[in-house]
Amino acid sequence: MTEFLNMGGYAFYVWSAFGFSALVMAILFIQPIVQHRQAWREAEALHDDDADNLGERP
Amino acid sequence: MTEKRTMSPLLKWFYRLGAPVWFYPFAGRLLPWLGALFLLLLLPGLYLGLWHAPADYQQGDSFRIMYVHVPAAWLSMFVYFAMAVSAVVALVWRLRMAEIMILSSAPIGAGFALIALVTGALWGKPMWGAWWVWDARLTSELILLFIYLGIIALYNAIEDRRSAGRAMSLLTLVGVVNLPIIHYSVVWWNTLHQGATVSKFDTPSIHIDMLIPLLLMAAAFKVFYGWTLLLKMRANLLEQDLHNGWVKERIYASKTAPKNSTGRVADKGHQYD
Amino acid sequence: MHSLLHLMQRDLRLAWRRRGESYQNLLFFAMVVVLFPIAMGGSEAKLAQIAPGVLWIAALLAALLSMPALFKDDLEDGTIEQWILSRHSLIGFVWARLLAHWLLTALPLLIMAPFFALALHLPEAGLATLLLSLLLGTPALIFIGGIGSALTSGLQKNSLLLPLLMLPFYLPILIFGASAVQVAAEGWSAAGQLYILAALLVLSLVLAPFAIAAALRLSATQ
Repeated sequence: MTEFLNMGGYAFYVWSAFGFSALVMAILFIQPIVQHRQAWREAEALHDDDADNLGERP
Repeated sequence: MTEKRTMSPLLKWFYRLGAPVWFYPFAGRLLPWLGALFLLLLLPGLYLGLWHAPADYQQGDSFRIMYVHVPAAWLSMFVYFAMAVSAVVALVWRLRMAEIMILSSAPIGAGFALIALVTGALWGKPMWGAWWVWDARLTSELILLFIYLGIIALYNAIEDRRSAGRAMSLLTLVGVVNLPIIHYSVVWWNTLHQGATVSKFDTPSIHIDMLIPLLLMAAAFKVFYGWTLLLKMRANLLEQDLHNGWVKERIYASKTAPKNSTGRVADKGHQYD
Repeated sequence: MHSLLHLMQRDLRLAWRRRGESYQNLLFFAMVVVLFPIAMGGSEAKLAQIAPGVLWIAALLAALLSMPALFKDDLEDGTIEQWILSRHSLIGFVWARLLAHWLLTALPLLIMAPFFALALHLPEAGLATLLLSLLLGTPALIFIGGIGSALTSGLQKNSLLLPLLMLPFYLPILIFGASAVQVAAEGWSAAGQLYILAALLVLSLVLAPFAIAAALRLSATQ
């Protein structure tokens, strides 16, 4: 296992590369979810009181 | 008459795809499948690439950086190509959904160009002894990143969303004409100035045990693009259409069927088709 | 063709009234060139080596910074909107405007370039190629830059956006332009680079006006 983590002496480079990729991909995944949630809350607040006139389109 | 019949499902599908009221829940239903497919490709790719594949006889274990570097570089170009196709649709048919697709793709493309650059530097340091070498591919990738950031900056600078979307489409198209020219100029410039250096990223004959994880990772990254693209498109659509009827309907539907903010509510969307 | 000449005449007359911009452009080019010997020291050998790159970068920046005002006035006073509504082609309008702009900003620069080349100790063998490469390259710079200018001229602020958008697209011209001068200064033939510059010029002359016209339509309706 330690041998695996050591990556033949290239541990820093290999794990930094994979770690950085994971970080960027995590941001690409989480940011839209946060943006969606915010927009959803805004939409909820906006349409809270007029939910009963559904079907009438602005 | 028969011809019309064979055409209509395709056209109908096309128009539906362009209608947020249909697209939003449709994308929502696809999301878990894409996420599962991504993990299904990623995990064996990581296992085979990091553990199972033998170390390279020249580069040792540092070659394993290839498994993120190369798929990221491929994806960053693939995303641009997809954006360019979408840009044609956006400009010719004035389809708003195509603009949303470009808007949502640009940060993903930029993200993967950045991954390709940083992992390239991390690979270059042990191989070339330098963090950055003016290698043709790295330089082209950097220019690609600049173009992505330019497209995002242009969108953010224009206030009206539709105008911004069209301007962005146009710039994307200008970019796709120029990218091959830029790439070949940079390759030519590179051979001129450092003809002796052979790119270490050339993998002329790759062993099958090394190739399979590479292809798995490349497929995983492509699916990841599809996955995050749908997420981002849904977020952008919702954000832009707050006052629109279909959002109102979604909100209402989620209240009558609680715990369902993902849009997977009974197919009410069809009534507006 | 006749109307194109007529348009250019009009554009040149208008531009002549604003000929201060032409001087400003030239002055900017001169100042950028001067920055390099000041930053790097005036050693003749070193300057001769970097001269092709310096001259080309200065020309490129000068072309880029002359772009923002290209369509702004016409967009604001509605000229472009009228042009779109009229039966005349917007492409012709774009062509005339860009050619007039080239005559006014790039031509003086071309005339002055040899003097700056001498000041940077560029070997005399490179002078003719410098002129030829600038002659082929500067119109391409202006036509490509026109796309960015048309895209951003509807905006009030953001003066930095245009260079950000257009610099990546300037790379091929910079690469072949600077290389042509470099090679010629070393005494070799720069024919290959010049042919490619000519091809890039033709491409940008043919394709860019369409993109510019589309961008102007966009900015006008914005």
